[in-house]
Amino acid sequence: MITPKKVEHIASLARLELTAGEEKKIEKELSAILEFVEKLNEVNTAGIEPMTGGTNLKNVTRSDEQIDKILEDKAGDLIDAVPEKRSGWINVKAVFE
Amino acid sequence: MNLNELTIKQASEGLRQKEFSTTELVSSCLKSVREKDDDLHSYLAVFQDALEQAKKADEKISTYRNVEMSNLPPLFGIPLAVKDNILIQGKRCTAGSKILENYMASYDATVISKLKSQGVIFLGKTNLDEFAMGSSTENSGFGPTKNPHDSTRVPGGSSGGSAAAVSANLCLGALGSDTGGSIRQPAAFCGIVGLKPTYGRVSRHGLIAMASSLDQIGPLTKTVEDAKILFEAIAGGDSFDATAIKTKHDSRTTTHELKNIKIGIPKEYFGQGLDTEVKKIIKSALKKLEEVGAEIQEISLPHSEYALPAYYIIVPSEVSANLARFDGIRYGLQETSAKNLKEVYTKSRALGFGPEVKRRIMLGTYTLSAGYYDAYYLKAQKVRQLIRQDFEKAFAEIDFIIGPTTPTPAFKLGERSDDPLQMYLADIYTVAVNLAGVPALSLPAGYSETTKLPVGLQIIGQWFKENELLNFAAQVEKLIKPKD
Repeated sequence: MITPKKVEHIASLARLELTAGEEKKIEKELSAILEFVEKLNEVNTAGIEPMTGGTNLKNVTRSDEQIDKILEDKAGDLIDAVPEKRSGWINVKAVFE
Repeated sequence: MNLNELTIKQASEGLRQKEFSTTELVSSCLKSVREKDDDLHSYLAVFQDALEQAKKADEKISTYRNVEMSNLPPLFGIPLAVKDNILIQGKRCTAGSKILENYMASYDATVISKLKSQGVIFLGKTNLDEFAMGSSTENSGFGPTKNPHDSTRVPGGSSGGSAAAVSANLCLGALGSDTGGSIRQPAAFCGIVGLKPTYGRVSRHGLIAMASSLDQIGPLTKTVEDAKILFEAIAGGDSFDATAIKTKHDSRTTTHELKNIKIGIPKEYFGQGLDTEVKKIIKSALKKLEEVGAEIQEISLPHSEYALPAYYIIVPSEVSANLARFDGIRYGLQETSAKNLKEVYTKSRALGFGPEVKRRIMLGTYTLSAGYYDAYYLKAQKVRQLIRQDFEKAFAEIDFIIGPTTPTPAFKLGERSDDPLQMYLADIYTVAVNLAGVPALSLPAGYSETTKLPVGLQIIGQWFKENELLNFAAQVEKLIKPKD
């Protein structure tokens, strides 16, 4: 089921850098949990609609109006929260190398 | 009685009768925090301006006469604590994680706006398992909280801080969040009341998301009456949350006759794994209900044993999506040694997230990845439908479902922290409720004989019928009140 190569692949997808020790530990833990959830295969779900959310609501929409009226300083607050910033812009590493 | 030992109802009456001031009420709580919380560690942050807010409240009502006093909102001047995954503008919100250690919330959660408009005094933010993932508060990035009944034991989780604070009288009530039992289980472990509303009943806007199809904010309080007051203050539709239903809540308090109420006891909840002392206490409560004329019948929720596996596919899957936003760029900590963009992500997240969070993100990434989605997530959502149907069928015959909230009382700190699966088993009676979306409440039913620890009784109600649930629970509370 879960192999060390798989763990590396998932960690890359999840954008998580794991140490060798963490990789080994997680391999064991994930295997155990996946074994546990295998139990679901005992259930016959033929013809059952998946429950895709917490309610039966569909297509909940509202009119495209600005609800949040008080926007003053909001942008400033958001930039304040950014760890790497420059002149009011978010500073990021090159997207292309 | 010290003011911090009052219930919300008693305190609100006392304020209206001018028996004491908001300042005195808040001071009493803060004094208790100073005395007990170094040890208990239920709060992550105590608000320095709480006393100032209290003084302003007193100034506001200093000229009020009786009529104006009696028209004050139910929660005016009441000191409450808030789980640190609910945003209060201008205050730090950590979600119990190092990755958000210095994050300042830029807006109020809808529930916070509602409470502010009533004049609530927020005392601070309480400890939790990191991103609400856990059943003991041991996964907090800032150290665990202790159970006020036994400091060698966990308060439960993930709303352990809120539960401990209410139980130890460090506030009059608190907000928590519940995705798989995170309000009800710590309420049971700490001997207080906890309510998880119907999914969609309370807005999730401003709640740091864990599993969006399951999360709900709810009250932790000393009494059922208080839970009702706090629930009604936060319930309601919200334009900022498309999953919050706009149904009008019927808040009439009717005193139900316990006679002829139909109660279902799921046979699956009384099987293997249930501690004998817990079972004894629950059975004794059921006997009392029977004696006053309630009709107790055994029912079956046949897919019960699949709730935990379904939950541990659905939740990590949704978690992996919800926590993708913690990228070290828009907020939170960033690992400065990162050499390129990918490393900004991989190293910041590695640095900021704890082991349980990483575990769930990894699991969820796997179950949602190409080739596995059908086998895991889709399958789990189908089983979830069946679990929901179990409840629908049961509620066609009975009014409420009763059982133990947890299989055991509070376990010891460190006892389960090395075994994720063992930890997950703490939620065996609570997760099905979140999967189905029904409301449920835990209330104190007694103390275990040998260890003298609180035991909680869980009452599950029908979708959107919190009023019936709360009214019934108040009756049960009166009937089975444990002798302290």
